[in-house]
Amino acid sequence: MSLTPELEAARKEIEGYAREYGLDCFETIFELLDADELNEVAAFGGFPTRYPHWRFGMEYNQLDKGYSYGLSKIYELVINNDPCYAYLMRSNMMVDQKLVMAHVFGHCDFFKNNLWFAKTDRKMMDRMANHGTVVRRLMDRVGLEPVERFLDCCLSLDNLIDPHSMFIRRRTEPTDAEPSAAEEAPVKFRAKGYMDSFINPREATDRERARIRKEAVQDAKLPPVPVRDVLSFLLEYAPLKRWQQEVLELVREEAYYFAPQAMTKIMNEGWASYWHSTMMTQRILRPSEVVDYADHHSGTLATRPGRLNPYKLGIELFRDIEDRWNRGKFGAQWEEMDDHEQKRRVNKKLGLGRDKIFEVRRTHNDVTFVDTFIHEEFAQAQKMFVYGVDRRTGQYQILDRDWTKVKEQMLFSLTNWGQPYIYVTDGNYEKRGELYLFHKWGGVDLQFDFAQATLKNLCWIWDRPVHLETMLENKAVLLTCKNADAEITQRELTPSEEPRGIGAG
Amino acid sequence: MSRDARLSVRKIDRDRNRFHEIVRGKIKQDLKKYVSHHELLGRKGGNIVSIPMPQIELPHFRFGPNPKGGVGQGDGNPGDPMQEGDGEGQAGEGAGQHSLEVEITLDELAKILGDELELPRIQPRGNNQLPMKGGRYTGLKPTGPESLRHFRRTYRRALLREIATGTYDPDDPVIIPIRDDKRYRARRDVMVPDFNAVIIYMMDVSGSMGKEQKDIVRTESFWIDTWLRSQYKNIETRYIVHDAAAKEVDRETFYHLRESGGTKISSAYELCARMIESQFPPEQWNIYPFHFSDGDNWSGRDTERCVKLLNDVLLQKANVFCYGQVRSAYGSGQFKKDLDRAFEDDPRVITSDIADRDGILGSIRSFLGTGR
Repeated sequence: MSLTPELEAARKEIEGYAREYGLDCFETIFELLDADELNEVAAFGGFPTRYPHWRFGMEYNQLDKGYSYGLSKIYELVINNDPCYAYLMRSNMMVDQKLVMAHVFGHCDFFKNNLWFAKTDRKMMDRMANHGTVVRRLMDRVGLEPVERFLDCCLSLDNLIDPHSMFIRRRTEPTDAEPSAAEEAPVKFRAKGYMDSFINPREATDRERARIRKEAVQDAKLPPVPVRDVLSFLLEYAPLKRWQQEVLELVREEAYYFAPQAMTKIMNEGWASYWHSTMMTQRILRPSEVVDYADHHSGTLATRPGRLNPYKLGIELFRDIEDRWNRGKFGAQWEEMDDHEQKRRVNKKLGLGRDKIFEVRRTHNDVTFVDTFIHEEFAQAQKMFVYGVDRRTGQYQILDRDWTKVKEQMLFSLTNWGQPYIYVTDGNYEKRGELYLFHKWGGVDLQFDFAQATLKNLCWIWDRPVHLETMLENKAVLLTCKNADAEITQRELTPSEEPRGIGAG
Repeated sequence: MSRDARLSVRKIDRDRNRFHEIVRGKIKQDLKKYVSHHELLGRKGGNIVSIPMPQIELPHFRFGPNPKGGVGQGDGNPGDPMQEGDGEGQAGEGAGQHSLEVEITLDELAKILGDELELPRIQPRGNNQLPMKGGRYTGLKPTGPESLRHFRRTYRRALLREIATGTYDPDDPVIIPIRDDKRYRARRDVMVPDFNAVIIYMMDVSGSMGKEQKDIVRTESFWIDTWLRSQYKNIETRYIVHDAAAKEVDRETFYHLRESGGTKISSAYELCARMIESQFPPEQWNIYPFHFSDGDNWSGRDTERCVKLLNDVLLQKANVFCYGQVRSAYGSGQFKKDLDRAFEDDPRVITSDIADRDGILGSIRSFLGTGR
């Protein structure tokens, strides 16, 4: 349902403030939904038109249960699309609705302007609806169960993508222009010109040429360089039926669409929180609303010892950057200052803060954001620490407050949006058409039971044995799945074996 | 929109139904596991049980628990412990890991059990038929209030009549029903069978029945209960425990009591017979006595007495008599052999041997597979 007159007035007002502050949004359409409708849309990941799949039903059951027991409540939902869609919960208080709207405009500006979103489909609402149609049509044609089984498989691989590949053209298109010398000159028997077509009949030379070409293809390394976009590799080389390709393609498209959101969680929420806080406190709030606003705002930014709240961290970082650039606390000269007290007190009254945070929101993602802008003073002020398991007691405890370690640990968990790096290194392993994957180990093992199940899914799609080289308890191992119904075998790699991973290649 | 959305089928419902189907499928697959572990009983609340089901999640290549830990915010010095449960999840990580539980009603569970064990629907005794109150509007009649007029049928009859009488004009297809054409929805009384059933559980609580044996009995009776409840609307359960003497107890006591003494099975059968005679006339009741023991009776004489009691009273009145013998370290298991010999060809007596937890499913099948 569209907004009530009161909410519509608030929307106009807030949109005006957003413009005034320099936020640059897509047109933003708000919808007012009841709790169960909002839960439904949220279960679909924000897209009411998505393809049918049981996991949305599962998601809904959980949201519904959480809501009816009063454990969780969705305040808002906003979709990266042009126009941008945002959903408000009908039962929220007026002050919450205003807060949410201000927050939404922050997100919307971020979607539109952050570099990592540049390649996302801005007509995703329509595309999702198309995906829905495709899947439904396939279910009618091929049957529900085969399509569902295949979807499950694809979804279990949907983190095997390379978000950077949206910006880089790595693969050079094969050119037909220059056939190799061998192809040009197949083996011929010596013959005089007029006898040539008899001694070397056309069919025989063609056959020979085809054989040579085939061998050349077989000998070529596939892929030429290790590929992180496993899904695209499967699309190109796995023995898929036409309909399966369609399904895999759409799962891949959606994975790429969602990836930037996972890569910019801290920034995105920080930016939206920065703006709702700024707009609410400077423009929107009426005196009677202050207490409720403060209550809800602090609830959103609350921290717990073992968990980093992206809203909190993000807003604090943006505020810190604004402050530093306002006062000139940046650059080599500032960084090299020895006296901590002096360093803290620098104030050149430059007033560059606003411009700087707008620039930051355009060019950074969480990894570079944290890497560039967390500094010693900030880590201390935010009481950040590294925790870990104590060997003796087996309990979690605070290990260190050293800011370099804090940053290192954070970068580790943010890298590749918290997903393991998995590469296809060989699509024709041992020249038997087997698939060889390499997990670039960075200190943490894969969850073993999940890795096994995923490998089986991969094997089912590839239809030939699949191998995964990884580390388990500090040993290099090769997991092999011979066929999707068989058990996974596990073999330790000896040091003498040629490492097939990226390190060597 | 909201009003319409509620009236029409919501999009999410299709996915929910599918999810539910998948859950049912998984339960079916692992029924043996669920049946032989009695965790379910503890989880029972009202008519719904919730079942842990981690394997339904879509697997991914993802990190296992990080031995290095993560980053947090707050007070405390290095070396201070953090509160329990704080350590889950890392910054930037998506959904936290939580065990997934699905809810299912007991009726559905019974249906799954029935499907999987291929249990026949039970043929109730007697033929009491009661008209159900407030039947459904599935019939038609030529009179009635206008509010119940069946538009399509009325229209069709009017159309037929107009065509038959030649007053129908295809260029100006106006149909005017007359009184004769009108049809009204009518209520049809639905006859439903009305039966009662009573399950009488008897358990040997003599010294030789250990905790494990009692747990097996407890689990098995839960499933028998679940199945029979799905077959009858009104069901009573009674519990009898016995060692050398028998007494009626409540459910709680039945499962937790541990006596130690000799075993005189006839005492339980006697009490059961008296109970049936005084409270459950077989014309009105379907009677299911179940007896669980480790098969170690006091004496051969008592066993003879049991056989006589079965022949003279229990088998006359009960639908079927079921004896489950739980294997224990001390029991000789003689009683089952004696029963089998005495009632060799009698389909009314079903005995089964439950070696361990995994035997529960088979035992249920032999008890309930006859559909009596």
